[in-house]
Amino acid sequence: MSIEARERRQPWVLLSPALVTVTLLLFVPLLFIVVYSFWLRTATGADQAGFFLDNWQKALGDQFYRDILFSTLRIAAITTVICALMGYPAAYFIARSEGNKGLLLLMLMLPFWISYIIRTMSWISILGVSGALNSALLWLGVISEPMQMLYNETTVILGLVHYLLPFMVLNVFVSLDGLDRNLEDAANSLGATKWQSFVNVTLPLSLPGLAAGGLLCFVLGAGTYITPVILGGPRDAMFANLVFEAIITQLNWPLGSALSLMLLVVLGALVMIYNRYLGMAQLIKGLG
Amino acid sequence: MRGLGWQAIRLWAILVYGFMFLPIAVVVLLSFNASQFGSFPMTGLSFRWFAKLAENDAIIRALQTSMVLGVLTAIISTTLGVLASLALVRYRVPGSNLVSTVLIAPILVPEVVLAVALLLFLNFLNINKSFTLLLMGHVTFTLPFVILVVQARLVSIKRDVEEAAMSLGASPRQAFFQITLPLLMPAVLAGGLFAFTISFDDITGTLFWKPGGVETVPTQIFAMLRNSISPEINALGTLMIVITVGLPLLGVAIARKISKKSGT
Repeated sequence: MSIEARERRQPWVLLSPALVTVTLLLFVPLLFIVVYSFWLRTATGADQAGFFLDNWQKALGDQFYRDILFSTLRIAAITTVICALMGYPAAYFIARSEGNKGLLLLMLMLPFWISYIIRTMSWISILGVSGALNSALLWLGVISEPMQMLYNETTVILGLVHYLLPFMVLNVFVSLDGLDRNLEDAANSLGATKWQSFVNVTLPLSLPGLAAGGLLCFVLGAGTYITPVILGGPRDAMFANLVFEAIITQLNWPLGSALSLMLLVVLGALVMIYNRYLGMAQLIKGLG
Repeated sequence: MRGLGWQAIRLWAILVYGFMFLPIAVVVLLSFNASQFGSFPMTGLSFRWFAKLAENDAIIRALQTSMVLGVLTAIISTTLGVLASLALVRYRVPGSNLVSTVLIAPILVPEVVLAVALLLFLNFLNINKSFTLLLMGHVTFTLPFVILVVQARLVSIKRDVEEAAMSLGASPRQAFFQITLPLLMPAVLAGGLFAFTISFDDITGTLFWKPGGVETVPTQIFAMLRNSISPEINALGTLMIVITVGLPLLGVAIARKISKKSGT
């Protein structure tokens, strides 16, 4: 074999194990559940192969599923906005601080390494009836009875913000850190106030990072299963909970397939739109 | 001097840090609480809940499962990921954008959907819920993270060194094992640790894939939460924090030492 041919073949030899793994364990299974979603679960419990629209009719037509899909998207959207409002100034602080940026960033990323379930349940220790906040307020005499603060939509959003904020900070930081500071100085020397140069120069240039962080927060937030179970009440189920219910509890796999695909299509559409306008490069930079 | 605006931003950032650390601090604090309830008030300092953990067979088994699963996931993911990253960074791959997107797709697909698809597909092939399924799932969603981390590090390793070795008579194989691989070690280590931590922390996919009776640490905590927060959960939480935060920090320290030794 010539050297050129070898050189051309080599990367594919190196790539094939990873590509085969992702293809066999992700793409083929996804195609399979597309087919599966048209099958039918019969009363005997066996799945009947064929082309039935029943699951899709139920998933798309049933008010119950639609309501939960919308409330899931609403919760994800609120979470994303809060993450942006909290995360942007923090990322700006890290990027512009004169101290050790690496250390500041590492400190904010530390909670990111800590188990998601532990971070979620820790809010029970803070907001629970005998949690830190109630104990402190009782001790101070502000309240005489512990308040019930847990198990509602607000605590679900709180848990999600705590889970997703590091993604936002990291992405915004990456784009702010890569900016040429001279641009801002130029704006200032031409008479812009600090606020003007931020709004007209820095903010627009950091939008790609903000968008990448926002996409991650939204997609991860909308696909979440654990947070509503631990921090939500019985009426705060999100879409992933429905999927779990259908697959694991009811063992209605064809319906579960249709519901999973619905979630995938909605969130996939967002990723596509993002990719179309901003490309994957920013996202990859922020994750690395 | 910086103005009032900067002071406001700094205060905001401090509040954000507080928000991120407060819940974790509370878990760690409560795990040393002598009280038999996993909540406030603190009645004294005690290590008894950690001792209790060591006596709890279910927790020990869960820890073992998580460790084995995490280590195997890290080994497989890192091997696949390092090979793929080498190809993407070192060669001009036609359609490399598409290849990258395919390889990071497992991050972009919601984990629930990934979990359902893999579970149902393998069930269709008569592969039931098992440790193997769990391992395959964990490899799938850790692989993109490994590739991203390793790629980022690889870019900084110059190809010249390798070419120099080869021009001095080393075979490609020798050049890889004696030159490239040692230079790659920090990246391999970082990728492996990342994969381990993600696998060790995972709960959503694991809940779908785990066979009955098998628990990992997160699913064990999840099952225990059904009752109430016991002091044991807080102690287990603290232990997990030590493992998942301590290991990467250790990794960073080791990587620093290695790169210092090689004088770069």
